[in-house]
Amino acid sequence: MKRWDVVVVLVALAVAGGLYFSGLLRADTPGGVAVVYVNGVEKARLSLLQDTEYRVETEHGYNIVVVKDGKAEIIDADCPDKICVNHKPISFRKESITCLPHKVVVEIEGGNENSVDAVVQ
Amino acid sequence: MRKKVAYYGIFAALSILMGYVEAIIPVPLPVPGIKLGLSNVIVLLALYVMGTKEAFYISIIRVFISALLFRGFLGFWYSMAGAFLSYIVMVLAMKSDKMSTIGVSVLGGIFHNLGQIAVAIIILGRTVVVYLVPVLMVSGVATGFAIGVVASYCTKYLQNRI
Repeated sequence: MKRWDVVVVLVALAVAGGLYFSGLLRADTPGGVAVVYVNGVEKARLSLLQDTEYRVETEHGYNIVVVKDGKAEIIDADCPDKICVNHKPISFRKESITCLPHKVVVEIEGGNENSVDAVVQ
Repeated sequence: MRKKVAYYGIFAALSILMGYVEAIIPVPLPVPGIKLGLSNVIVLLALYVMGTKEAFYISIIRVFISALLFRGFLGFWYSMAGAFLSYIVMVLAMKSDKMSTIGVSVLGGIFHNLGQIAVAIIILGRTVVVYLVPVLMVSGVATGFAIGVVASYCTKYLQNRI
């Protein structure tokens, strides 16, 4: 062991600690947006940061989109199959809820990607 | 000269074997990318005992063959970037003559991980993985230290025999 070995180790640990605690690399900052499309046309952008309720009126009926605790879901609709209502709340980028009968799509933009769906070796 | 070819073969075979041994040791941590870096023992040995050019060739051969055997195409890019970056840094560290094998190995470990993160960012096309940087730096220091201790004992033993 020489003096520089110790220096290298200490500097590396200090840099790692600094990066960790500075929060500079914090990737898990929320900030996703739930975008509501009707028939492919953007109707509304709802930030996942604040709880809101949005009523989508379409020519076929309505859907009620709710943002709560950073997640978006459709809590009510008058479509026949109710697939959108039964869909789980979404929060990760690219996740979406589709109501086929009403041609309504709620998709998450920005924010975090579902970290499970990546493979690193 | 003929002897040198044999040493290339032995060192390359050893480092590929180390890669295999490492692949069958599970790492009990939930962070992707943490590895012991056993094959770096061999690259370090080659650096100190044979020379920089030889260590480079051995490192490249190792990356190619272990990618063919164990890792696959994506794994190839990860190992290649890691091996290349850590090789450059280790050569610079060794040439500076300021630190022992342990310091060189620690730097190699850190930059191996940084190289892999760089590739991960390119391949995954986003910066989510950067939050792994501090974790992988610390793991690079830890494994680099252990590998450096092993390598420094080995070099002492081998120095006068090759």
